[in-house]
Amino acid sequence: MNFFILSLIKSGLVAFVLMTTLAYLQWIERKVIAHIQLRVGPNRVGPHGLLQPLADVIKLLTKEDVSPTHVNTFFYYLAPFLAVVLALISISVIPFGPGIDIFGIKTNMELADINVGVLFVLGISSIGVYGVALGGWASNNKYALLGALRSSAQMISYELPMALAIAAPLLLVNSVNFREIVGAQDGFMLGFIPRWTIFQVQGAFPQIIGFLIFLIAGFAETNRVPFDLPEAENELVAGFHVEYSSMKFAAFFMAEYANMITVSCMATLLFLGGWHPLFPVELGSNYIPTFVFASAGIIMLYHGLHPARPFDRITLPIAGIIFIGIGLLFQAPVISQVLIPLFWFASKIGVIFFLFVWIRGTLPRFRYDQLMRFAWTFLFPIAMVNLLLTGLIVALFS
Amino acid sequence: MNAAFFLLFATAAVVSAVSLVVQRHPISSALSLIGVMVSLACIYLQLGGDFIATAQLIVYAGAIMVLFVFVIMLLNAGTEVGVDRRPWTRWLGILLIAAFLGIIARIAVEFLPKTENVEFGAFKLGGAQAIGQRLFTYYALPFEATSVLILIAIFGAIILARKEIE
Repeated sequence: MNFFILSLIKSGLVAFVLMTTLAYLQWIERKVIAHIQLRVGPNRVGPHGLLQPLADVIKLLTKEDVSPTHVNTFFYYLAPFLAVVLALISISVIPFGPGIDIFGIKTNMELADINVGVLFVLGISSIGVYGVALGGWASNNKYALLGALRSSAQMISYELPMALAIAAPLLLVNSVNFREIVGAQDGFMLGFIPRWTIFQVQGAFPQIIGFLIFLIAGFAETNRVPFDLPEAENELVAGFHVEYSSMKFAAFFMAEYANMITVSCMATLLFLGGWHPLFPVELGSNYIPTFVFASAGIIMLYHGLHPARPFDRITLPIAGIIFIGIGLLFQAPVISQVLIPLFWFASKIGVIFFLFVWIRGTLPRFRYDQLMRFAWTFLFPIAMVNLLLTGLIVALFS
Repeated sequence: MNAAFFLLFATAAVVSAVSLVVQRHPISSALSLIGVMVSLACIYLQLGGDFIATAQLIVYAGAIMVLFVFVIMLLNAGTEVGVDRRPWTRWLGILLIAAFLGIIARIAVEFLPKTENVEFGAFKLGGAQAIGQRLFTYYALPFEATSVLILIAIFGAIILARKEIE
């Protein structure tokens, strides 16, 4: 098929899935945080509040779009645009699965396969600071400016340990192309331990420390708790986006979630073996998705027979049958080659995203000097030592 | 297709470069400079220099320009105040720059060696691996010398900063 038509279809598909995921990540976050704090969370719009993201989007679209008179207009409007564009661009080089062959059409499950993929994502994320910095500066507001300054300093500082942590697994796999990086993590040691870089021990240094450093730096890069100093509510009201309303605010919000997805994707691809399953296919890893979905469906059917609320008698069996259907879809001949890698990739991203939310529900915010001292005097040296050790072991044993 | 993209990015680079000089506000100038660097990175990418393109993004557009913008914000530099100039100086300046550009173009046409046309996608050695190999074998000495130079510069910066405090 024509390259352009194929790319167009894939772009449309990725954009649609990404946008929907971004909206629902927020619902998941609110639900998980609520349960951590012994609340129920959103449950008014739709069953279990499932239509809440849609309601939020409508709310944000129809809210009054305030343009303050004291701002630097051009940069004030440019900043949210920059933030969201730069956050979404990175996804174009992330591969979601292996090369597939559907009805004779061979294609890779990604938008662009460039041979410097990792560096590209790093480059885009290093420009990503401008969205926040400009937004805070152009708002002409003290709180916003302080938030922007904090944010730029924080992002510059944490880029260093992040880059060093990324460099270590690259030494093991000897490439900066995402597809080759994942390919090098294929296979199993002793027949069942996956050869992901955090486990690799044959002629390599397991990257568990690198993974932790990457995650910590990733939290700081995406301005998440415990590093959400740029928008520290009790000091800076809302930080860099205090003057933004309506869709301009939503753009910053979307950028934050898109950055979280990018960080999760990077961690999955570099450290957790991308779309490779947790244990070999010979031991039945292809049946895991079916098992997970079908057992969820069966539990729902069971609760539909013993309903706690009157309408559960109808809704739970329907949802249960849908889940069992999804589970069976993983065994369908043509679609399974797409769905099974996607399942493993998505579940690894899901675990990391859950970690983001879990930590937000658990840890308090750092103080600013603690944040800086942590980056420069603890994280950076450890990342350096990790990189040097990895280099030494790779040079000695491979 | 390639020519169209080249023209797009080349135009963007030139327009941003002019805007860098014309703009009155330091932040606008800094952003124009970022525009120049990003456009150049796109042209590098088109010519097959993948690694150089991403390095341009990370080092120049990312690290260095973030520091520039950071400092401008921290100092809260305002709009540049224009000095009173006589009206004819402006016209003289335009004339001079036209003459200068003419001379440069003349020299480029006359004296530069004639090369065959650049073909997009013909150069394949711009990846990280190829560059790394050249850098650590053929260009090892300049590479190491540069890193020592940068180390000295870092020491210099630290020593200068120390003096300020005392």
